[in-house]
Amino acid sequence: MDTGNTAYVLGCAALVMLMTPGLAFFYGGMVRATSVLNMMMMSLVSLGVIGLVWVLLGFSLVFGDSHAGLVGGFEFAGLRQVDTVVGGVPVQAFAMFQLMFAVITGALLSGAIADRARFWPWTLFVAGWTLVVYVPLAHWIFAFDGAVSAKGGWLANTLHALDFAGGTAVEVNSGASALALALVLGRRRGWPHEPMRPHNLPFVLLGAGLLWFGWFGFNAGSALAAGAVASNAFVTTMTAAAAAVVAWLALEHRLDGRPTSLGGASAAVAGLVGITPACGYVDTFGALLIGVAAGLVCQLAIRLKYRLGYDDSLDVVAIHGVGGMVGLFLTGLVATDAVNPAGRDGLFYGGGFGLLGAQVVAILVAAGWAFAGSAALAWLVRRTVGFRVPEHVEAAGIDEAEHAESAYEYSPLRTRGSGPERNWT
Amino acid sequence: MKLVTGIVKPFALGDVKEALEQLGVLGMTVTEVQGFGRQKGHTEVYRGAEYTVDFVPKIRVEVVVDDALAERVVDALVGAARTGKIGDGKVWVTPVETIVRVRTGERGADAL
Repeated sequence: MDTGNTAYVLGCAALVMLMTPGLAFFYGGMVRATSVLNMMMMSLVSLGVIGLVWVLLGFSLVFGDSHAGLVGGFEFAGLRQVDTVVGGVPVQAFAMFQLMFAVITGALLSGAIADRARFWPWTLFVAGWTLVVYVPLAHWIFAFDGAVSAKGGWLANTLHALDFAGGTAVEVNSGASALALALVLGRRRGWPHEPMRPHNLPFVLLGAGLLWFGWFGFNAGSALAAGAVASNAFVTTMTAAAAAVVAWLALEHRLDGRPTSLGGASAAVAGLVGITPACGYVDTFGALLIGVAAGLVCQLAIRLKYRLGYDDSLDVVAIHGVGGMVGLFLTGLVATDAVNPAGRDGLFYGGGFGLLGAQVVAILVAAGWAFAGSAALAWLVRRTVGFRVPEHVEAAGIDEAEHAESAYEYSPLRTRGSGPERNWT
Repeated sequence: MKLVTGIVKPFALGDVKEALEQLGVLGMTVTEVQGFGRQKGHTEVYRGAEYTVDFVPKIRVEVVVDDALAERVVDALVGAARTGKIGDGKVWVTPVETIVRVRTGERGADAL
């Protein structure tokens, strides 16, 4: 047992946990004041339900011994028999670190269906999605041969695609799944001609800050050891996010006339998404390139939804889907095994097209699997229990109907009425 | 008695209050309101999507004064709120039939 590395992984797991409440603020600020609680609750219940699914089954199916590289076994169900130590770190610590990844990925999807999804159907969906969509993808890319179990997943061990911290299983997955959800649920009423402006941009900036902070745990933590590879991942994560902020704001000023706070917050997330698959395999130059590319390409991708007519309300597709693809693709160009002997050389470092091809396959597989699985599951939920709130609820704001709460109590008029004792006598 | 109502730019409120106090006005009611006149709204851009905001925030100032003071109150209000740019607002005067001080029951000019 290596106490230093164990402390590092436990700390990083807690950092990644903070990303989900951070995401709740990031998303919550972007919706209208009458649906902020529902938006934040979708993240909160992801911590609840995905946390449970992960402990009971998810970890085992991802990191149990592989069946043909496609899915793990049931041997660790309920986190039994995980008292072993791998690479000096107890598997229990690793299981919690990975739990936080599953949670944030599920919570990310909720941005595509703001203001219109019923709460329990969402909960049902995201639980099923964890098992059907996330678990196989995570197994394919995160389960390495001879780590937790003897055999792992095919993307990592057969294809040898490089994805350090989850460009496929987290980013492309959430983007493609979000697109499926947005299409199955349909547009919000009034979109896009009615104004649906963010109600609290400081919340968005707070959320972006928490995400950025937590992302160091997400990316550098994926080294699972406090050493050179983790330090490199920390450097590349910071570099890419910084480059993305500057590039995004410059382009935004050119296109729209002003650098905006929503743009800056989105830029940071786009840069962090882009560097996620690359952070442990590229150097500072690679990080710069990826950060700038993510900042520019994601911003342009946001405009797609108006052209194509899908209401991906908070731009999960453009930022996570497209950002993840940019990062995975560019990893095929700028990866270098000089920073990590476990990596490979990309096209720019004499590695030829081998890695680039693997990256493209990984992108297509992740996007295809996530889109098909999520579309089928969302359709099933829609057909069986119904997914959307009735029109009048959407018009009035979803918080009151789904949660019997309202976020803001500023008007003294709202203090009039009667209290709970009426129901207790 | 007259009710003088002014719709002014929010930042003009301090000057308006000071100008009215100097005239001996003893109280006023201020409300945050939104609306549009010739100025119309403005545009905001969120992630590249342009929105028009129809209504502009303004402050509504209301003072009830004796008939003799009404014109000077109007002039003071207009003087304090004017920048010369579009969107400075409006001021109007309406007759008030009666007024009662709730605490004492005094009526008319005594209640001002």
